[in-house]
Amino acid sequence: MAEPILDIHHLSKSFGALKATDDVSLDLRAGEIHALIGPNGAGKSTLIKQISGEISPDAGEVRLNGRSLAGIDAAGRARAGMARSFQVSSVAPEFTVLQNVMLAAQGASGATFRFFRPVMRDAGLLKTARDCISQAALSGRADVPAAELAHGERRKLEIAMALALKPMLFLLDEPMAGMGTEGATALGDLLDRLRQRAPILLVEHDMDAVFRLSDRVSVLVYGRIIATGTPDEIRADREVQRVYLGEEA
Amino acid sequence: MSAVEITAPGRRAGRMGRAQIVNVALALGLVGFGLGAWATGETFLITLATKVAILGIAGAGLNLVLGFGGLVSFGHAAYFGLGGYASGILAHHALNYTPMFEWPFVFEGSTSMPVIWITAMLVGALAALLIGALSLRTTGVYFIMITLAFGQMIFYFAISWPAYGGEDGLPIYVRNGFPGLNTLDPIQFFGLACAVLFAVLGVTAMLVRSRFGLALQAARQNRQRLMAVGIRPGGVLLVAFVISGAITALAGALYADLNRFVSPSMLSWHLSGELLVFLILGGTGRLFAPLAGAGLYIVLEHLLGGVSDHWQFFFGLMLLGVVLFARGGVIGFLAGGKRNG
Repeated sequence: MAEPILDIHHLSKSFGALKATDDVSLDLRAGEIHALIGPNGAGKSTLIKQISGEISPDAGEVRLNGRSLAGIDAAGRARAGMARSFQVSSVAPEFTVLQNVMLAAQGASGATFRFFRPVMRDAGLLKTARDCISQAALSGRADVPAAELAHGERRKLEIAMALALKPMLFLLDEPMAGMGTEGATALGDLLDRLRQRAPILLVEHDMDAVFRLSDRVSVLVYGRIIATGTPDEIRADREVQRVYLGEEA
Repeated sequence: MSAVEITAPGRRAGRMGRAQIVNVALALGLVGFGLGAWATGETFLITLATKVAILGIAGAGLNLVLGFGGLVSFGHAAYFGLGGYASGILAHHALNYTPMFEWPFVFEGSTSMPVIWITAMLVGALAALLIGALSLRTTGVYFIMITLAFGQMIFYFAISWPAYGGEDGLPIYVRNGFPGLNTLDPIQFFGLACAVLFAVLGVTAMLVRSRFGLALQAARQNRQRLMAVGIRPGGVLLVAFVISGAITALAGALYADLNRFVSPSMLSWHLSGELLVFLILGGTGRLFAPLAGAGLYIVLEHLLGGVSDHWQFFFGLMLLGVVLFARGGVIGFLAGGKRNG
């Protein structure tokens, strides 16, 4: 079968005596949603940060389309096609929705050091931005400052910005956190469509969503992956039930 | 804190918003004040208006990094003073007929403002490049302290270098010239300073609305997010810092010509503080904040200064009021709203 888009090889990271990431290997294939679940403190966010380039691993490597990303920082990885959303929404609060998405489109274009023409009249960037805003179902809110958005809308804004990066893959860190049932369902439908554009590595606590949307699930506990498989396999896994799912039931 | 200076695309240019009206009023106010003083023969008031214009230019330089990039530079006197010394030193050599250097060619110095301005801006840009490259490795209070430290280094260097007056400073016997103008005529020099001010404000407006400006304002709000869309904040902020250094040095060159004197006090941290203070008073991140702030600062200095020697105490109270109750500064108060300055 085809080479995975994202390939994580024996990644390890320690903070003092704490092994936050312990020999983790996983991959992400075209068209799939691969969910990463695990109890609080399992090291999910640390793993995401090593993939996105915000922190560097002690050992192991991350490959994008077969190319090692060692030594490439977060900005470089974003430009290589990694679109990330944050656990706590991270946007430019004083910018409008449109300006935020324009910023992402500008980042993807790679041309920031242009000093003369007004960016908000750049037809190419505007078209990309408007497209992404409508795909994220934010069309009516384009001129609202991000700070005035509702929580769920800000989540959608992060998705729109990710789309504007024309990504090879999405790294979504708890996109449904803090959303009501209705909002989570709507966002789930959005993610379902998103996987056609690029595969998604999804960190999520909402188990219903994870089992409904994912093609594969990996379970991270104390920095180690204890199981990877289809949602049904994971549900049936004794070890997973013991350390994780059982706790919630 | 500050406003976003990017016009939404749907906005029509025809009708002026409140912010634009305030800006036009400020510009007309400055020019009108200068012309009024000229008509009534009040040379001192023309000089005062010229000082407002020049400090406005320096404030515009600082506004680019502080207002739009969110960098609290406590060392902008360095670029102001370097611009002043560029003017003073070039004129000193030209007026004393002592070549500045003889290799690889003989350079006599210059009393031509265009030459001096370009030199001052290059010196300011270079200093800002070096200082910025080191300072931008830090953030927050460390950035404030390291920019202050670099400013003080240059200040003490100027004091201890006797060739150009050391502590006593350097007089410029005859104000430098500009082709086609008599710069010794106060109203002509005032006109020149206003032209430079409005050109600088125009350049700032253009920069802020460009792709570069979008990234710069994003760097103020959320550096993590900027990285995540593939733009490194460091490069954007450094370029802004260099442009800012050049603009502030240009103001310094004009200021030296206004006083026909340059001294280490132009490099002192008091001046860095004054620039910050009047910019905050005007409303950081608003295009015309430097002009509003400089104008108010000079007016208060003379009104309150006439009432009490301790005018800065009352000025401090006002600043406190602005910081606590009117975060948008004077322009924010007059123009309201958050966007479009």
